[in-house]
Amino acid sequence: MGQTIIEKIFAAHSKDDIKPGKIIWLDLDVRSARDFGGANVIANLRKYYPNEEKLENKAKTVFTFDTVVPAKNVGYAENQQIIRDFAREEGIRVFDSEWGIGSHILIEEGYCVPGATVVGTDSHLNIMGCIGAFGQGMGDQDIAFGMKAGKTWFEVPPTMKVIIEGELQPPCSAKDLTLAIIRKLTSKGALGKAIEFEGKAIEKLSFAGRITLASMVTEMGGIIGFIPPNEEIISYSKARAKSDFTPYFADEDAKYVEEVVVDISDLRPLIAKPYKPDNVVEVASLEKEKIHVDSAFLGSCTNGRYEDIKVAVDMLKGIEVAKDTVMKIVPATRRVLGDLIKNGDLQVLFEARTVVSNPGCAGCASGQIGMTGKGEVQVSTGNRNFKGKQGSGMTYLCSPETVTASAITGYITSPENI
Amino acid sequence: MAKPIELKGRAVVIRDKDGKPIDDIDTDMIFHNKYLHIKKIEEMGQYTFDNLEGWKDFAKKAQKGDILILGANFGAGSSRQQAVDCFISLGIQLLIAKSFGAIYKRNAINAGLPILQADIIDEKKLIETGDELVVNLQTGEIKNLTKNHTFKTEGMSQVQMDIYQAGNLFEYAKTL
Ligand code: SF4
Repeated sequence: MGQTIIEKIFAAHSKDDIKPGKIIWLDLDVRSARDFGGANVIANLRKYYPNEEKLENKAKTVFTFDTVVPAKNVGYAENQQIIRDFAREEGIRVFDSEWGIGSHILIEEGYCVPGATVVGTDSHLNIMGCIGAFGQGMGDQDIAFGMKAGKTWFEVPPTMKVIIEGELQPPCSAKDLTLAIIRKLTSKGALGKAIEFEGKAIEKLSFAGRITLASMVTEMGGIIGFIPPNEEIISYSKARAKSDFTPYFADEDAKYVEEVVVDISDLRPLIAKPYKPDNVVEVASLEKEKIHVDSAFLGSCTNGRYEDIKVAVDMLKGIEVAKDTVMKIVPATRRVLGDLIKNGDLQVLFEARTVVSNPGCAGCASGQIGMTGKGEVQVSTGNRNFKGKQGSGMTYLCSPETVTASAITGYITSPENI
Repeated sequence: MAKPIELKGRAVVIRDKDGKPIDDIDTDMIFHNKYLHIKKIEEMGQYTFDNLEGWKDFAKKAQKGDILILGANFGAGSSRQQAVDCFISLGIQLLIAKSFGAIYKRNAINAGLPILQADIIDEKKLIETGDELVVNLQTGEIKNLTKNHTFKTEGMSQVQMDIYQAGNLFEYAKTL
């Protein structure tokens, strides 16, 4: 019988029989932890394996610092130092405070490649579906075990198919497509399932667009969402990979538990109102309310690529953001920041009176940039707007285009009007 | 020492006062957050289900070796490990539920508490509290000696068996 993408990846990483609902041992190509959970992972390793080898394979184990970088208080600083000390003792790689968001680093630096299996302490690690790899966030005990054993156990999820009809028309971008899918599925639509995305609009997504869509499968309730890699993705990974890899594609006769069609032919820019990512409406429907925007945040693992920030650069050339609005821009990784510097974009962003910071998760993980105060309205390209997540303000989730349009006018504005 | 594959014990069926299965029992009903400061497993048992309507005296009535029969989505909610440990504390041998919450399932397996997924709680005439059961974890066969009936369900996977036999997840890693 035919297999879906996740079934193929699992079959290549397990000796067990792969069937939805079955619990299997899964070999892990990468085991990672961030600055937040990392210290707890190490505490578990030290507690349970005091006098023995703690890591199955050092080359496959990495730490990435991204939640609060550089550390802004003593607690974070101490956790980070625990990780540095452990990593030096064991001889494993740390991507320290200058590198950026861990999940992106794992792809950019060639650890995660199409078809790979990756675990870490980051609940959005399923973003790896953007290149057709399996990623999963887990608790610190599970990750400690994964680092020690080189494998973990996992229940094979059933796969559903999400088929996109129609194509993206500017100013709509990958984020609008993603919000359209969340609007249809709601936060429970993919509960306990793997998703495979299909359709012309999906095939045409760039690397950055694929990241945007895959990163919000968590908000659809899904285990992971796969976007079958195209030539561009495969050669991107080939240029960085540490070894050979095999991308996996679903068989013709693979079995899906469900098929959902999302038609985007009439799509207009969308926005998720506080405090739920599936509270999605058209941006245009909010315009007459003239909702004042105190802060506009552009970044996160969802929309922190060069292409996302370039949207703002192009829209802000020669102008400034609104007088009473602060625009905060956080590149996902140091390489994204590097491209902004090389291409002269920082000059434009400086003249437009925006704040540009070092890479990382920023406000999404209670970091320096992007926290809100009571009553503060923030438009954000992030992936979650739960109450209290980015401080005590109100966060609206939308595309880089809508964030920038709103920063320019000072109230929630559709990019259709700029 | 190898753990037994065949478990013998008394069934305790968690139904409401109308005899319906209680679905969606969350971790707060199993082990309320007001007891989260408790660190010793031995002390956790006494608070089991003390926030579950109709079952607040469960800890007093439970016997070592009991086998719980449960409804759907058991252990929904938080990732609280204590909601698993409290059963280990009481010496409960096995949980059999229609289905488990995803995180709960991870925690139970990692802690070496055997669980079976089986849809038997609705069979009111075939399984009641107090019945003597013999359960084979490998084959999934549940024999009710009292009612002279056998349920055929799916056994534990190799993964669960490996971890159960080792004691818990961390012990299992030492055997590799
Ligand atoms: S940006 Fe937010 S969601 Fe993404 S990895 Fe960082 S903390 Fe997690």
